[in-house]
Amino acid sequence: MPQLPGLLKGLGVTARTAMRTLFPKRGIRTLIPAPQQGSVTVQYPHEKEAPPDRARGVIALHEENCTACMLCSRSCPDWCIYIEGHKVKAPPRRAGGAVRSVNVVDRFDIDYALCMYCGICVEVCPFDALFWSPEYEYSEPHIADLLHDRIRLSEWMETVPEFLEYEPGSEQKVRKVPDFGTDDFAPARKLEAGS
Amino acid sequence: MTGALGLAYWAETSIKLGVALIVIPTAALMLGYLFLLKMMAFMQSRLGPQDVGPYGTLQLIADAVKFLQKEDIHPAVADRRVFRAAPVVVLASSFLLFVVLPTGPDAVVENLDTGIFYAMAVSSLSVLGVLMAGWASANKYALLGGLRAAGQLIAYELPLILAVMGVVIQADSLNLQEIVRAQAEGEIFGFGLIGNPFILTQFIGFLIFMISAQAELTQTPFDMPVAETELVGGFHVEYTGFRFLLFFMAEVATAFAFSALATVMFLGGWWIPGFDFNAPVLNVLGPVVMLVKILVVAFIIFWIRFTYPRLREDQLQKFAWKVLIPLSLANIVVTGIFKVVL
Amino acid sequence: MSPPPTASALREQQAYVAAQAADARVNVELDTGDMTLNIGPQHPATHGTLRIACQLDGEQVISAEPLMGYMHRGYEKLCEVRTYPQCTTLINRIDWLGSFANEVPFILAAEQLMGVEAPPRAQWIRTILFELSRIANVSLFLGDMGVQVGALTPVFFAFRDRERVLNQIEEVTGGRFHPNFDRIGGLKDDIPRGWIAETHAVMAKMRGFCDEMEDLLMGNEIFQTRCRSVGVIPGDVALSYGLSGANLRASGVDWDLRRDANPGLAWDQVDWRVWTHPDGDSFARYWVRLQETREATKIVDQLLDGIPSGPIMAKVPRIIKVPAGEAYVSTENPLGEMGYYVVSKGGLGPFRVKIRTPSFSNISVVPWVMRGTYVPDIITILGSLYFILGDIDR
Repeated sequence: MPQLPGLLKGLGVTARTAMRTLFPKRGIRTLIPAPQQGSVTVQYPHEKEAPPDRARGVIALHEENCTACMLCSRSCPDWCIYIEGHKVKAPPRRAGGAVRSVNVVDRFDIDYALCMYCGICVEVCPFDALFWSPEYEYSEPHIADLLHDRIRLSEWMETVPEFLEYEPGSEQKVRKVPDFGTDDFAPARKLEAGS
Repeated sequence: MTGALGLAYWAETSIKLGVALIVIPTAALMLGYLFLLKMMAFMQSRLGPQDVGPYGTLQLIADAVKFLQKEDIHPAVADRRVFRAAPVVVLASSFLLFVVLPTGPDAVVENLDTGIFYAMAVSSLSVLGVLMAGWASANKYALLGGLRAAGQLIAYELPLILAVMGVVIQADSLNLQEIVRAQAEGEIFGFGLIGNPFILTQFIGFLIFMISAQAELTQTPFDMPVAETELVGGFHVEYTGFRFLLFFMAEVATAFAFSALATVMFLGGWWIPGFDFNAPVLNVLGPVVMLVKILVVAFIIFWIRFTYPRLREDQLQKFAWKVLIPLSLANIVVTGIFKVVL
Repeated sequence: MSPPPTASALREQQAYVAAQAADARVNVELDTGDMTLNIGPQHPATHGTLRIACQLDGEQVISAEPLMGYMHRGYEKLCEVRTYPQCTTLINRIDWLGSFANEVPFILAAEQLMGVEAPPRAQWIRTILFELSRIANVSLFLGDMGVQVGALTPVFFAFRDRERVLNQIEEVTGGRFHPNFDRIGGLKDDIPRGWIAETHAVMAKMRGFCDEMEDLLMGNEIFQTRCRSVGVIPGDVALSYGLSGANLRASGVDWDLRRDANPGLAWDQVDWRVWTHPDGDSFARYWVRLQETREATKIVDQLLDGIPSGPIMAKVPRIIKVPAGEAYVSTENPLGEMGYYVVSKGGLGPFRVKIRTPSFSNISVVPWVMRGTYVPDIITILGSLYFILGDIDR
């Protein structure tokens, strides 16, 4: 078979792409132009892209689990997590036990202007207090507003998706996202308020 | 030549001027929107502008407004007067091209007897503007772009004119109206229903004309004077705002004018098969037919632009002198022989 | 038709032309004066902030000198004050288009020092992600080369189809550009359910993309006239300048670290071949990269079918301390040989890290190859050498 000149082939490729973009529909509706479906772009403010569940969009804080142990803060490569906390006395778990001392977070700020989204803090957290959420719409006109405090970070918990199942052959255990109950929110704090 | 409506000279002239002032920017906008924005977007799996106006139709107007708002910057060492004049020269040349384009038996701004000669001469003016811009910008990239444009002009003006010569020989006239008439009244082997669009007999001429027009318009296989990735825009690298807008408008308007020239010379112009050549109704229908044909030709020009990479300057010169010019000379010889024999 | 000029003959010819140009400068009557043209630091062809100071005679290059450092970020020094897990965050920003591939040699070097080996499942997934980042990186080159020589459309195709690969990477690692997924002793997480089938589909799409590029750009006669016998680098010169990767293979040197010095990843488990091209010109470099992208999709397909089951993490302490010692591990990254020389004194972080990046060596050949060429060829050569600014300046 004689070869088509490359010049014509190239024209064919662009024309084919244009047709595919303009007329993506099949069957009887082929002739209806529908570039909205044919194009691969997402018209951002009008429609939103859904990032995958594991996407590192924003870090959510499950405050109840945080013990202000500072592990995340220390392992952050650019030191953008600021934590302050204090200890409170809590009643013993069992009757007759010793009075416990519980850490309460006073301040848990992440400066997203500095954050590199590496995820080391989420990984090192031994108490399941930090989670990734694929949410990405939190840009701010002022750079200072990118510092999310613990209230704001706790709000992101609602957007955290469940952990994904693994492919067969994996020996990893699927983790669970803790329930986000508003009632027992931050019991240590309630404890403090009551005492 | 008196107008169809029998108006006074001043009235006719001002009507023509008004029409030209509306038609040319509209033509530029239409081509820009249809091909530069939308078709390119579809060829690249994109949507193109969506938000300004229905289906983004007003995008270019919004862009124009944006350009008008921008500061008018002159480089400190630029030759100011030449720098300012350059875009005007380029735009003027594309405006002047529209003067001779016939769109109906009477719908023409000025029916010059040497119309095609005039069109070729005027279209070369734009390169003068490009050279002025390249020189006056006092920028090395702009200078290289301007020089390349000048070299390209010399290489491509020749095959362009030689390709036109074939048509002129066949039509026996330099007048564009007469060329349309020759196509309308001609016949192919005694079959005269669709006339004789010269693309059939002058196919090689048509190819050479289109290739040279692509070079003349500095469209992609031959866009070395602009060469975004090498010369960062070439001759218009220092232009901003309003003056850049002029360059842009001239580029698209010239593409429109050259498509119109190709339509008139090779595709039968405004004539519709079955109509009498001088039927007054063609003054209304003619422009529509012209427009459709122009869009087809412009589509090819822009299609090639979005598909091909660009040649190198020396390769372009080689191609022009070693291929196009001999080919077009041969075309003239063959056309002449047929003209004499038949 | 005479046979095409060999690389050395062409080289001689270019040297002759350059010498003539230099003579013309000495001759006062013919002295038209040289022009110094700075390509960059702000120039669309330099993918960032590389500067090439060219001496031009007309449009001919008398000398070209790459000047770098405009984007130096000091990663080698920064690594010294960070722990090993923190380092991976930084180093996947070196070659930002194939970032997972940056992490692998560093992690392998650290593993070598610790005497840890990742379990086979982790090695296979590592290899898959490595090849995926190669596809993501090189497919952008395939389109970008079109822009360098003036074709507008290929780069949009490249961005369109590369996005699918990036989505696959994101679905596993959580990051499109900066996965930070590789850990000493294994991987951060396992692959989610359904990912293997999706990736198979994407690989088929990428092969379609390669065919499209072949039709649209590589087969185009204009592209070939622009690229053939432009920027010819003979094999011996390529070796002496330390070129690596596809640039070296396009000069006819059959050298691929994936095959020759596999540091333990799964490349030796699958069936693939190394592509070379004898010409050494810009077209050969494009051709080799196109074939390699195809080959990489095949590697990924085979690896996906054969992922062994098991854990993805070896036993490593929670706080990683690397015993004292030195190690150099290099892998065949999308751009060429990338290696890390890690010196440890037993602390939490490396004592010294030397990063051998492929682009840095690859552009060192620029002054040699550009003498006597024309201004448009500068862009073709730069485009076909394919460097990432972050990879040059680190």
